[in-house]
Amino acid sequence: MTNKKLIQALTACIAFTVTAAVQAQSTIKVGVLAPFSGPFADFGQQISNGIKVYMQQHGDTVAGKKIEVIYKDTTGPAPDVAKRLMQELVTRDRVQFIAGFGLTPNAMAVAPVATEAKVPTVIMNAATSIITAKSPYLARVSMTLPQVTAPMAEWAYKNGVRKVYTLVTDYGPGHDAEATFKKVFTKLGGQIVGEARVPLRNPEYAPYVQRVKDTGPEALFVFVPAGEAAVGIMKAYAERGLAQAGIKLIGTGDMTDDTVLQALGDTARGMVTTHHYSAAHDSPENKAYVQTYAEMHGTRLRPNFMSVGGYDGMAAIYEVAKLLNGNIDGDKAMAVLRGMKLNSPRGPIMIDPQTRDIVQNVYVRKVERVNGQLYNVEFDKFEMVQDPGKR
Amino acid sequence: MLLNFLGVLFDGLAYGMLLFLISVGLSVTMGLMGFINLAHGAFAMGGGYLAVTLMNAGWPFLATLPVVFAGTAVAATFFERVFYRPLYRATSLDQVLLTVGLIFMAMAAATYIWGSSQQPVHLPEYLSGQFPVLGLDLSRYRLFLIAIGGAITLALVFGLERTRFGAKIRAAVDNQRMAAGVGINVGAVFQITFALGCGLAGLGGALGIDVLGLDPVFPIKYMVYFLLVVAVGGAGSIKGTLAAALLLGVCDIATKYYIPDVGAFAIYAVMVLLLLLRPEGLAGRRAAT
Repeated sequence: MTNKKLIQALTACIAFTVTAAVQAQSTIKVGVLAPFSGPFADFGQQISNGIKVYMQQHGDTVAGKKIEVIYKDTTGPAPDVAKRLMQELVTRDRVQFIAGFGLTPNAMAVAPVATEAKVPTVIMNAATSIITAKSPYLARVSMTLPQVTAPMAEWAYKNGVRKVYTLVTDYGPGHDAEATFKKVFTKLGGQIVGEARVPLRNPEYAPYVQRVKDTGPEALFVFVPAGEAAVGIMKAYAERGLAQAGIKLIGTGDMTDDTVLQALGDTARGMVTTHHYSAAHDSPENKAYVQTYAEMHGTRLRPNFMSVGGYDGMAAIYEVAKLLNGNIDGDKAMAVLRGMKLNSPRGPIMIDPQTRDIVQNVYVRKVERVNGQLYNVEFDKFEMVQDPGKR
Repeated sequence: MLLNFLGVLFDGLAYGMLLFLISVGLSVTMGLMGFINLAHGAFAMGGGYLAVTLMNAGWPFLATLPVVFAGTAVAATFFERVFYRPLYRATSLDQVLLTVGLIFMAMAAATYIWGSSQQPVHLPEYLSGQFPVLGLDLSRYRLFLIAIGGAITLALVFGLERTRFGAKIRAAVDNQRMAAGVGINVGAVFQITFALGCGLAGLGGALGIDVLGLDPVFPIKYMVYFLLVVAVGGAGSIKGTLAAALLLGVCDIATKYYIPDVGAFAIYAVMVLLLLLRPEGLAGRRAAT
């Protein structure tokens, strides 16, 4: 290569970098890490759908800057992939915010990167209690499992249930749910008459459920991730006649998640769960949310709590951008996020100033048919619940 | 106590029957045709989705079953012609690569068309709930599974061992050139055998929705179970596959009921033990040379 050509090439490079830098100043980049393929693809889809609904409703410009969202696929529970993608987003794309995280291991893996790069990171789904303690640059807008489990134990005891059998999936969140339920319920004076942990991949639930029936508790508390486990347990519960034997079915809202509720069918009717969001939540904000969601993404997939996590995460980012007038700085952004209050489709939410974790209403719901479709209909609530896992 | 045990035994047999229904097609293609078809579960999933789609269009559950069997078999004929046939003589690795690729395509296609969530299945009233027999509550659907599994076993054993077509299959497997020499159309025989195996997979997929669920990761999720049953039973043997499926089904249910803490792993322990004792499988035939 001749010298002249070399200089031309260099000039081109510099020009390119300069334009890139100018562009970077007129946009705010948000990197979203979530699973968009593999068995957890629906997590990513729900999260990104929620983000898109927010941007549809509120436009894509804040404080004169355009919000640009960059989606990256973590493919599933893959901490190394998540960490690498986060590093790329921070160093190459120079994003000002990171958001997303369907699964706990990925959120844990990027915590050190967030600390080092001082990038405000918004957890939109992952629900293990400990996550926000891993870096001062993490804030959560979704929920924690102890947060939605403890109210279930209280509600059950208040409604005359004294003997409970617990059935959870054998992984981190399952252990969290089991421990929280046991702690709260026995403290109130209730009794755990049996515990079972089922593997994450398990095609046959009938024997576990049969054993519950033969043990004869007053209620069966279940935590399983939304999906075929919920379908399997629900089917076994109906088929084995546990309801007729007087055994109530209670659990966290994962079991009757809006996206699997139709697959559960009428057997799910009457099941009582505690959770922070239902597509049937009665508020003008939620009605607008559900309507925009259906207009944008069709009615086949119903918005669930993950999509609301995406929506509220985006709301938090917009709020930060607005208050900082578009000049994003890691520490200032976190100061804004601490104690931030938002009016979400799920009701009022707040980010705890100390733990940066979500504080929100937890609703007690019952599965009912509304206009021919199954919904979690809220009938009671615990107001502004903090994460009990942190106290 | 005894009553509990009988209940567990019944559940185990029914679960085993389901494993048998889904795996027997794989046993046929792997044992008789020597083709390692890991995409077997994709055909089972296809059958499941076909059943769900028909039921959503208002078909009764039972009426969908023959259609599912025929539909999956016809689709399989197409796949056999286009993808599988060129690789009959290829190495195992090529076959595995092709069929794993098909699995991923099937999963992506299913996600695209039906979405990633679980599909609902609504069983008719007479197949749901329990049926009291001598103080024992038997699930009606499981009774139905046992009946269907028994009928299919009889039909297959009779078909393969007593009919002219069965004889042709066995001849084509043992020595292709000789079979072709005596006027058997080996290509056609393989095509029909493959279609039959996949049709059974589709049927198993449709029958299994109520127990196993149905979503786009079905083919990967249950692949281990198909392979396990075929390996323990001995590829190519209908009776061996049946015995293996029932044995594994009963062991799985019993350990989950009596010792839930280790329940899910017992099935693998049983597999290891059986394969140590009988590396060829319960009724394995040595590969045709």
